[in-house]
Amino acid sequence: MFKRFVSLQWKSFVRSSSFGKSLGIKIFMVFMGLYLIGSLALFGGLLYPLLRKLDPHQGPIWTLSHYLVYWVLAELMFRYFMQKLPVMDIRPMLVNNIPKSRIVNYILGRSAVSGFNLFVVALFLPFAVVLLIKGYPALHVLPWLASMVLLGLCINYLNFLINKNDTIFALIVGVLAVFFALDYFGLVPIKEFFAPVFHALYAYPATGLVPLGILMVLYWANFGQLKKGLYLDRTLKGRTSEAKTSELAWTRRFGSIAPFLQLDMKLIWRNKRTKMQVFISLAMVLYGLIFYGMDSYGPTSIIYMFVGIFITGIFLSNFGQFIPAWDSEYYSMLMAQNIPLRKYLESKAGLITVSIGVMFLLSIPYVYFGWKALAINLSAALYNLGVNIPVVLWFGSLNKKRINLTKSAFGNMQGTSATQFLLLLPLMMVPMLIYGALKFLVSFEVAIAVVSILGIIGLFLRNTLLDRVTEAYRKRKYRMVAGFKEKNG
Amino acid sequence: MISIENLTKNYGPQTVLNIDLLEIPKGQSFGLVGNNGAGKTTLFSLLLDLIQPSSGRIVNNGVQVNQSEDWKPFTSAFIDESFLIGYLTPEEYFYFIGELRNQNKADVDALLSQFADFFHGEILGQKKYLRNLSKGNQKKAGIVASFIGNPDVVVLDEPFANLDPTTQIRLKGIIKELADREDATVLVSSHDLMHVTEVCERIVVLNKGEMVKDIQTSTETLRELESFFSG
Repeated sequence: MFKRFVSLQWKSFVRSSSFGKSLGIKIFMVFMGLYLIGSLALFGGLLYPLLRKLDPHQGPIWTLSHYLVYWVLAELMFRYFMQKLPVMDIRPMLVNNIPKSRIVNYILGRSAVSGFNLFVVALFLPFAVVLLIKGYPALHVLPWLASMVLLGLCINYLNFLINKNDTIFALIVGVLAVFFALDYFGLVPIKEFFAPVFHALYAYPATGLVPLGILMVLYWANFGQLKKGLYLDRTLKGRTSEAKTSELAWTRRFGSIAPFLQLDMKLIWRNKRTKMQVFISLAMVLYGLIFYGMDSYGPTSIIYMFVGIFITGIFLSNFGQFIPAWDSEYYSMLMAQNIPLRKYLESKAGLITVSIGVMFLLSIPYVYFGWKALAINLSAALYNLGVNIPVVLWFGSLNKKRINLTKSAFGNMQGTSATQFLLLLPLMMVPMLIYGALKFLVSFEVAIAVVSILGIIGLFLRNTLLDRVTEAYRKRKYRMVAGFKEKNG
Repeated sequence: MISIENLTKNYGPQTVLNIDLLEIPKGQSFGLVGNNGAGKTTLFSLLLDLIQPSSGRIVNNGVQVNQSEDWKPFTSAFIDESFLIGYLTPEEYFYFIGELRNQNKADVDALLSQFADFFHGEILGQKKYLRNLSKGNQKKAGIVASFIGNPDVVVLDEPFANLDPTTQIRLKGIIKELADREDATVLVSSHDLMHVTEVCERIVVLNKGEMVKDIQTSTETLRELESFFSG
């Protein structure tokens, strides 16, 4: 039975839509996974010298034990967002000849081997190996490693008990913040207080039974809760939020594109993945600080043109590259309707225009790093407006991969294909090259002016350009309709 | 109203649809029956220019559908849930479709009020997005949306599937009423022989992409169809 469950799991993984058909994406995902585990392992390996450097007079495990309480709280917080017991997957099992307790054990057991728990191993295993090489007694190191893994599992199951309960989550965040504040301002030595607790796991191997005991209690609690709730109208019920009808009457003033504009705004606000794009975009305004924070580039480096294009155009590339795949679920309806394709595209262009404006306004504080930073961002914004909007829309006509709107944005590769990576080249590289070459050959002012003027020319030509784009969409209509219908694209 | 000439659709070596000649006059209520894979949805998709024909053509009121888009203003359809926009409430969806068909809110509201019975209080004012409605209720919303703006041609693929008995009976009434309008041409496909004989003046049977029967509905029709499909 267990073997069958495992084989089901494996199939659901390799046949999942995000892992899907395209080899390129498969390689990319595997690469990203390996990269993540690799960097954690590297960090784990370097942890020993790091801790030594942090406090040369203390043992590294003693130093580490100071911080473990924060690790536990932070990981709980992190998992609250990222991890959920995939209860929906077990619906097909319910009516089959499988005892409920086995189904529950399966789904709980399965969560133990999830990527989150793997990360704990990837981090602490290299650390333990280094400890052993350095001559620490295996009799202490190995039980300690086991305790850490057990603690990771405790967090795992505690998270499922919390199960998206906002009050408890707020409590965790509160405790984390209070602990940190108490520590930081030296009011109560939280770190000192918890250090011996966690260090005991190393000093007295028998204490490893404590996390084991906690784990068993948590598992048992999860088991009880889940088994009781294994009904379609309880645990297995999908959550639905109450719908609010909104008029967005103010969009009326945009005339004929108003219905599409309304549709797009609802698309963005009512779907997880698109909503996430908005937040990511807003947060990305801080991205430039990394580069401006380092003085090594000089005030007019080509890298700042990249930053400008990136910041003002983040929504353009994140949202724009998947036009019209956002509408893939009902694209055949749109195509059968009396719909002016032109207006549809104009609405998307309008939305992106607004986003560029907003991102530029948000980026104005970069003037702190000199007026040249502002000038670069302005010319980048103009270039995005005039040139990149038509370019990204045109590339959209090559899209034919369906996007399931209700899936979350985290690591969601749905709708991604080689086109998306290709797209970044003209969007970012072209203005960087123009700017870099002119700055090198003539001057900063000329380079900025040329990039801006290109954008302004594009703005004047927008109507003609959009005509071309509309034509491209019309030509590829059947391929899009067919492509968007494929559910596992 | 609709004429189909030498229409074929191939996928590789397989021919999924092959119709030499089919004329559907204005105002007719036209039923399409056939087993799975007979080509019903393919025909409707071709009619709506969602797929390209391998050869031949469909002319809708003088407009060849894969050459011009001028058939869109007077044609409407509900094929499946992919015609709905999941993140809208039913009201928002109706108003959106209304705008595409030049109907203001009041027009749409007036139309919707005629369907209060049909909706059975389960569509409007539910504070639910379309994606969270049951399959049957989604279908109701989609069918009614296809009536917005008085289209001359209404295409409904399997409108009776997933509906509860009361709604099926009401839907039959609605389609009949629509068909009584002189200028409205209604195309309905169904697996339910009884329903389709009740609402359609003419029934065409597709089998493996070919037209095998073309019947003007009479009292004998149901028996004739049943004997065909049991054979």
